[in-house]
Parts: sequence; structure tokens; C-alpha cells
Amino acid sequence: MPKYAMVIDQRRCVACMACVVACKRENDVPQEFFRTRVVETVEGSFPKLRMELRSELCNHCDNPPCVYNCPTGASHKRKDGTVQVNRTKCVGCKACVAACPYDARYMHPDKGYADKCTFCAHRLLEGKEPACVATCIGKSRIFGDLDDPASDVSRLLRVQDASVLLVEAGTHPRVYYIKKLSKAE
Amino acid sequence: MALTRRHFLKTMGVATGVGLAGDHLFSPAFADGKGPDQAAMTIPTYCEICFWKCGAMARVVDGHVVKLEGNPLHPNSRGKLCARGNAGMGLLYDPDRLKSPMISTGARGEGKFKKASWDEAFNYTAEKMLKIKKTYGPEAMALFAHGCAGSICQHMISAYGSPNIVMPSFAQCRGPRDVGYEVTFGMGPSSPERVDLVNSKVVVLFGSHLGENMHNSQVQDFAESVARGAKYIVVDPRFSIAAGKAEHWLPVRPGSDTALILAWINLIIQNGWHDKAYLDRYATGLPELTASVKQYTPEWAEKETDIPAATIVETARLMGLYKPAVCIHPGRHASWYGNDVQRARAMAILTAVLGSWGREGGLFLPTKASLPKIEGKPYPAMRDSVSQMSKYPFAGAEGLTNEVRQATITGKPYPIKGWIVTGTNLMKTLPNQKETLEAIKKLDLLVAVDVMPFDTVMLADVILPECSYLERFDDLAVGRGRSLGVSIRKAAVKPLYDTKDGYSIASGLAQRLGVGEYFPVPTLEEKIQQTCKHWNLSYDELSTKGFIGIPNTASPYITPENQPHFETPSGKIELVSSELKRKGFDPVPRYAPQPQPPAGMFRLLYGRSPVHTFSRTTNNPWLYELHKENEVWLNAKKAKEMNVKHGQYVVLVNQDGAKSNRVKAKVTNRIREDAVYIVHGFGTTSKELHKAYLKGADDQGLITQYAIDPICGSTGMRTNFVKIEKEA
Repeated sequence: MPKYAMVIDQRRCVACMACVVACKRENDVPQEFFRTRVVETVEGSFPKLRMELRSELCNHCDNPPCVYNCPTGASHKRKDGTVQVNRTKCVGCKACVAACPYDARYMHPDKGYADKCTFCAHRLLEGKEPACVATCIGKSRIFGDLDDPASDVSRLLRVQDASVLLVEAGTHPRVYYIKKLSKAE
Repeated sequence: MALTRRHFLKTMGVATGVGLAGDHLFSPAFADGKGPDQAAMTIPTYCEICFWKCGAMARVVDGHVVKLEGNPLHPNSRGKLCARGNAGMGLLYDPDRLKSPMISTGARGEGKFKKASWDEAFNYTAEKMLKIKKTYGPEAMALFAHGCAGSICQHMISAYGSPNIVMPSFAQCRGPRDVGYEVTFGMGPSSPERVDLVNSKVVVLFGSHLGENMHNSQVQDFAESVARGAKYIVVDPRFSIAAGKAEHWLPVRPGSDTALILAWINLIIQNGWHDKAYLDRYATGLPELTASVKQYTPEWAEKETDIPAATIVETARLMGLYKPAVCIHPGRHASWYGNDVQRARAMAILTAVLGSWGREGGLFLPTKASLPKIEGKPYPAMRDSVSQMSKYPFAGAEGLTNEVRQATITGKPYPIKGWIVTGTNLMKTLPNQKETLEAIKKLDLLVAVDVMPFDTVMLADVILPECSYLERFDDLAVGRGRSLGVSIRKAAVKPLYDTKDGYSIASGLAQRLGVGEYFPVPTLEEKIQQTCKHWNLSYDELSTKGFIGIPNTASPYITPENQPHFETPSGKIELVSSELKRKGFDPVPRYAPQPQPPAGMFRLLYGRSPVHTFSRTTNNPWLYELHKENEVWLNAKKAKEMNVKHGQYVVLVNQDGAKSNRVKAKVTNRIREDAVYIVHGFGTTSKELHKAYLKGADDQGLITQYAIDPICGSTGMRTNFVKIEKEA
């Protein structure tokens, strides 16, 4: 059983939004809702400025508050490490939306269930990468199997310093961030 | 397939009852109960949401395009599409599209149209064109061209006998850059630019906001080079995305770039950081260049540019250290201040002294290979074009839009009475909209060929609606970058509406203009098949793969066997331009300062958003959602002084009293105090674009002043000053 993870190499992100549109078209995400986004922050004052571009999505946590707070078992952790929502079991109570510290979920406006990034599970079944990864212009999003030592994600996490978002939340995310180069590629 | 399918059915006026069976665990993207791949087809195309022509694959289920993905074989996309390319179906299924030919029933610009059949629309157009030809001569019809329909309409208008084909891509965009490089190296930097970013150790950008201008493969290379540790020197009044990746951000005073470049050239030569052996072998004019730039010291340049002299020296040293693997990016939109050929010249000279033309990490050489020419019936003899008769000796083959506009107003050197406008929104493209409207008023005929009811389309007498690129074939696209390759665009789906491809439009007009023999092949698909035969390519292979690369056609770097050829009068790189000298211009660039904004005003700068192509995508539902209206970037300190809050709506008023729509203030440290910045293309006045109508500010509405480059006739458009008024 694979152990899926995503690494986001922030140096390579150019905030072009290709991932956002590819995700929306692939997964038919309704207008004005998003499963992923790119957050742009700038610190400092003119002309000494520092910019951070950060793609955000469901972290597919190993210690997932959305799953613990789901009263029906709709939100669940799968053996491949992904967190998924069973739409038929979802009663639309929004507990998961409130529990997620990453603001990664939304309630589907027409259908009433909670929705979020699936790591494009339907594409994984076909042997394809998630849509955001496949279209990522800067190759900033890297996807793979942590159990495979030869995968790009395993290799990167061995070599580079990576961090996770809100480590203090204790959620053990499966989405890792490389902020700056610690070792030349 | 949920939304797309439903949306489509709604558009077609069919009652919907599509049940969704997508509730199993991993509902595929477009689950309609049939499974993802049942009856799915993959059709190759190349994208037309911008001009980069990225190879793409359209996934089609039950006659609907459900997804677009990059073609992995294609050099401009390499399997990836940008946000706009991913949103291509947004154009196809935009309910605001032009759906049938239209003929104006009111005064020009009133927006009153009646639906017409193609026969009516063609006859109406041809009758007026023949009348113009008879009364004034065929040169009185001008074609403003962009995009694929533009190319085929060029063939039609040439057959008709007019030399007046003009493209804003020259005088409002790349023209001065291309001319500057042509007089130096005998060749422009091409499109896509031949920048070898992935191998660069140092990259210098002048206002080029890579990442914000989403030129797919080039931005892929940009990210790759950043990851490989290339040092970026970004010269930009604004802290762009690229500046955020840079080792050195130089927030230059707008309009003073040439001062910085000349100081760099001087420093590099004075310190012996130039590539002497390369210049000895390939260039002429080093002693004269050395003498001319001697006056441009870093201390002098600091006063002009606001960049500290020490930084100027440090960055020059960096270039010298890593030459020739230094990429001086030639930029793209270069019509800034009206002295732009000379700025491009300075950039070209900097490239030359670093020895980076034809070198790894600099600018690579184009393929020498080409495909056999296809001879057609020769065009009739023509008068000289308005551009050729202008006072600008280096007006290029793409012509001068602004000169044709001027000729339309004045009737000189001869009358221009009809315009065909294809794929370009002139109201948003040409500076000083008053002149554009004045010229349009004088026309006997204005024909628009486009997909969407853009501002300019709504001014037309007759609208000939083109299919979207996903519904049509287009001519094969030949890429002549690093190597030679051919791309095909096949119709992914049948036209949704009563629209035609560009070839059928041009051919339909040609038949009625009495020049039908120039279109001997009935359909574009047949023409493409004939071309494939001529080029010895398999049409079937091309139809499956979408792209065929011709092997062994790359020779990117100078080697003993691969010597460069410079098509200049001397056959060498001309550091001192003999052509410019002969025609009475400075043979080595000289610096002349630009006027600065008066107190209380800011220089108006404009640029791109990665999710929009000028005004063309502002109504695309999937892109509109991400960027509905532009914002005006305002320096935080200035905003505080003026008590303007972030997110507050303001109005921009220029030196001539031209006012913008209301626009949100983006209060930021990311821009100098003397300039404001807005993304180009917003503020459409076409009511038929229901989403984009009057959203955001139109930069072109504020560009009432423009400075014409005396060398090539392009229009510098960063010459306007605005003040910020609070919304009444």
C-alpha cells in the first residue's frame, strides 16, 4: 500500500494559478469555491522586501481533526494515507470544516456535503499524478509515495529541509514545504 | 461531468435531467454515471488563449470538451498548461460568445445589430469592399491582424490588393525590441524568446515580470533556473514575482533603464570584464563604443536611476564573473517611452560585450532548418503601404497600426476607408482612444472577426463570428525555436453556434471579392493534408500526436563547426550601428532623461496578470473568478499621506483629465513612491460581456499621451501621469 505525500518546493512557485484552475476543472469545483489556493505574503519595507508564495490544500493529516470530529464516519483516513469524504455518509454538519486548522474544506453549495482535495484519487487509480501537480508550471508541486525510497518526494525529503504548516497543531500533515535551498540540486 | 455538461445543456436550451451518480468514493472528475473514459476522445490542438501556442490535448466526452491538458511532446507546453490554458473551455462555453453574423442597424457604436445569415454578412462586406476598391483603390482597406484568423485574412486582403496589414504586436509591443536587436545582430530575439534560462548563471530582467506574464515554457525555465541557483538581477519599479526570486532587486526610477545599462556597459569594458576574444572575432566598433559610454559612470547613473552606485558596480561584476552564461532577457512588450529602440540596442550591446549571444546560458541560436515553401498564386501589384510611406525607416513587416489610424483620420498619404479587425481589441490596444474613435467615425466600413463581443467588435458595421479554437481547424503552426517542429489544431468539437473558422471566413469573402482563386482548396483540413504531403509529414501521425519535432534541427550554441551568421551590413555584431548612422540616428545609444511626474501625480505603469490575456479573457468564467477586476498598486507611504486605505475604491485621473472607472487600491510596499501600477485589459465597455462589463480600470483609457519612437514608429505608452481621487 503506497503512502502518498506532496512536497511543495516554494522556491519554484511563481503564483501563476495553473494549479488552481486545473484542480477546479478536473474536480468540477463550484464557482467561488476552491480546493487549493496560492497564498502570497510580503514582509519588510521598501526596498528591503521578502516574498513567500505558498500553495495550500488539504494536508491529508496522519492525525486528522476532521476525521475525529466527523459524527458519521464520512471523513475517514485511508490506508494509502489520504483523507477522504464519503459523500453518501456526509450529513453536512460542518464539524469537519470547523475542525480543520488549515481551512481546507468547504460545503458544496448545491449538494450539501463537505468537499476538499482528494489528491485526485480518481487520477491515482489511473496511474496519473494529481491535476495540480501535472500542470504545475514551476514543478513546485511534487507528488509521490513515501514508502518508495526512489520517489521524488522521498528523495527531496531526505535531502532538503522541509517543514509542515502549523506543526503545533499536532496534525502530522502529509504536505511538506521546502522554503529555501539547503543543498544544491 | 456535472457543471460543464449541465452548463452546456442549459446553453443549448435543453431541459436538464442529468442524474449524478458521482457519490461513490472517488467520483471521477466528470462522473455522469458512464465512467470516466467511456466514449472519451483525445483531440490535439494548440492553445489560443494567448499567442504562445502551447500544444494541448482536449479530452472530449459525448461531444463536450471536459478537460484540457498540455501535450507532453510539445516544446511550448511540455505537458503543462497555465491557468488560462486550463480554462480554455471557459471560452468555448461562455454564454456571451458571438453566436451568429450580425449587421449593425443603428449608428456606429450604438450597439444595435440584427442577426444575419453568412450569405448576407459576406455579401454586405464584399459589396462595401468592392465599392471602396473602385472609389479609392484597394489600399484604402486596412487589416488589423492578430491570431490565426488574422493570418488567413492577410492572405485574403493581399489577394484583394491592399498592402496595409498592420499588427499591434509591432508598434504597441515587440517592435522596438526586435529592431534594436536586428540592427545589432542582424536578427531579433524571436518569439518565444531564445533565452537559455535553464543554463544561465545570471539573468537580468528589465521590467519583464516572468510568472506574471505567463509564457508557459519560458516560465517553466524561469522556475527551473531559480531552483538551479541562477542569480536574478531584476530591474523593475515594482517588486514583481520575479523580483521576489531575485538576488538583486533594483527598483529603478521609471524611464531610466538606459542609464543603468550604459553604466553597466562602461563598467564592464573599463574593468576588462567583457569577452575580448568573442568581440574581436564577431563584433565591430568596440573603441567607439568604449569612448561613447565613458561618460556614464556609476555615480552619474545613481542620480538618474536611484540605484546606489555600489549596487551598480556589484551587479556589473556579477555579470562579468559569470559571462558568457549571463542572460540579458530582451523583454517583450517594449513600447514604453518612445526611445525604446535605443534601450533595446543598449540591452543588445550589453549582451554582446558579455559574449552571450549564441552561448550556453545566454541567448541560443535559432534552428537553421526550415520547411519547403509552398508557392501560391502571386499577389497583384500594390502601392506602398502607409507604414512604408511613413517617416519611420525601421517600421517592420508587421506595420504601424498608429500610422494607419492617422492616415484614416487625415486621408494622407492616401485615404483609408475600411478596416477589418481580427482578433485584436483596438480600443484596448492603441493609445489615445479618442483618436481610435475619430478614425473609426471616418470609415465607410468596419468589419470585426472575433469570438467574443469585445469593445471594438461592438463598434463594427458587420461582425463575422469566428469559432473558438476548440471548434475549428487552423493552419499548421511551425515552431522555429531551438529546433523545428509542426503543431496541428484539430476541431475538438463541432461549432456550438453559427460561426466559422478563419479560413472559411477569408475564403467566403475572397469568393465574393472576385479573388476566390487564391483559395483553391475548399476546407482547411484538406489544405493541411496537402501541406503535410508537401512537407513529407504524416497527417495521421500529426493528428494523433499533435506535434511532430523534426529531428537534428537544433544548433543552439557557437562551436567551431557552428559559426554564427550576422545579417548586418558588416556581417558582424554592430556595437556601433552603421544602419542607424546612415539613417541619421545615434549609432551608439545616448541617454536622455524622461520627464518626471509633477507633485501629487504618479507615473502610470501597466502589466500582466498570469490568469488573463489582456482584455481577451476578462469574461472567461473560470478566469474571471480568479481575477475579476484589477487593483491600483499604490506605495504604502504615499497611501498613508493621502489617507487611502487598502481595498478602498479610488478613481485615477490623468494629466489630460481622463478618468478611470473606480478601482480598488492595493496599498503595498511593492512599488516605488513615484509610480502606480495596474494590470492591463480591464474596464471593458462592452455591455455584451456580462461578467467583465465596467469591472476595473482601463489603463488604455488613461494613456492619452504617447511618444512615438523616431526609429521604428512604435508608441511609447508609459508616458502618462495620474492622480488618485477618492470615489465621489
